[in-house]
Amino acid sequence: MLGLGQRFPPFHTAFEPAALHRSYTTTESMAPKDRKPHVCRNPDLIRGVGKYSRSKMYHKRGLWAIKAKNGGAFPKHEKKAAAAAPAEKPPKFYPADDVKKPLVNKRKARPTKLRASITPGTVLIILAGRFKGKRVVFLKQLSSGLLLVTGPFKVNGVPLRRVNQSYVIATSTKVDVSGVSVEKFDDKYFGKKVEKKKKKGEGEFFEAEKEEKNTLPHDKKDDQKTVDAALIASIEAVPDLKSYLGARFSLKSGMKPHELVF
Amino acid sequence: MPFKRYVEVGRIALVNYGKDYGKLVVIVDVIDQNRALVDAPDMVRGQMNFKRLTLTDIKIDIKRVPNKKTLIAALEAADVKNKWESSSWGRKLIVQKKRASLNDFDRFKIMLAKIKKAGVVRQELAKLKKETTC
Repeated sequence: MLGLGQRFPPFHTAFEPAALHRSYTTTESMAPKDRKPHVCRNPDLIRGVGKYSRSKMYHKRGLWAIKAKNGGAFPKHEKKAAAAAPAEKPPKFYPADDVKKPLVNKRKARPTKLRASITPGTVLIILAGRFKGKRVVFLKQLSSGLLLVTGPFKVNGVPLRRVNQSYVIATSTKVDVSGVSVEKFDDKYFGKKVEKKKKKGEGEFFEAEKEEKNTLPHDKKDDQKTVDAALIASIEAVPDLKSYLGARFSLKSGMKPHELVF
Repeated sequence: MPFKRYVEVGRIALVNYGKDYGKLVVIVDVIDQNRALVDAPDMVRGQMNFKRLTLTDIKIDIKRVPNKKTLIAALEAADVKNKWESSSWGRKLIVQKKRASLNDFDRFKIMLAKIKKAGVVRQELAKLKKETTC
């Protein structure tokens, strides 16, 4: 019998409405903020079985005293009069067939949950793409959920870049990023530039356009420099950290990834 | 080829399997052919199969099933902790634990240190080689 009882909620809370618990603790003149953590009056012997029976708990909770104070019945408060709903006019038009309403969806779009091990300044190891194996400094999480990272560029050639959290190993090494301001970077900064539509030109016209696109605009290069200047200063403060960030990570013989501590 | 480490009251053993893996425990009583009553300062006294224990060289002087206070006092008197940590077996385990807990950055620093040390050794060797051939 006890084996079955383990999956059901404990009897004493199942039958007592939650409102009863709150009603007499808040009649004391304590502001809600000052409330002490509620001590359990009925400790569990094992899960699902309390130490005291229902009658004992009735006595412990002092319901008899509350009733006595109120003249024999438990104090009730009157139901609030339901606000009168505005009179609804019958609709002018009824569709021929029943129109199905889509189910309500209260989900909110939010950026991917960031792993607890990833905080600003964490050194991350990129696992895929052009920069696989590179050790890189994490700056912030953008609103799309992608992580903004930088090499720094002078140290290992990784520019200000977005990277997906799933393709990254977080190490426990942290770099001091308090001197870096990353407010201006967001997903739009990294989006593809929209070109103005040009009429179909001749062959020479086309080639001239292509050459201009390949170079990075100067303001992006300057952004990289300002972000990296503060970072490199804090990196050089730690011995060996600069060469660490400049080296790529690789699995060597005997290294077992599931046993490695990063 | 006689046995040197015996199961006896006061023998220190290392747990090699189970929840208490890696702990040093004292055998305080023998229950039967397969099991011993085992105790340690940070665990509740309980039974353990001999298969889960590896005997060490260390033995302390206690009576059969002492109470916790006496046991801790006897362990202090025999200085078990220091004897264990200075023994080659104990030192090996400490090194293994340290290696397992190394950070990625620590591993990088160790690699640099190893390369440096090897460089110094190679230089000395080259010097010695030069002396003997000339």
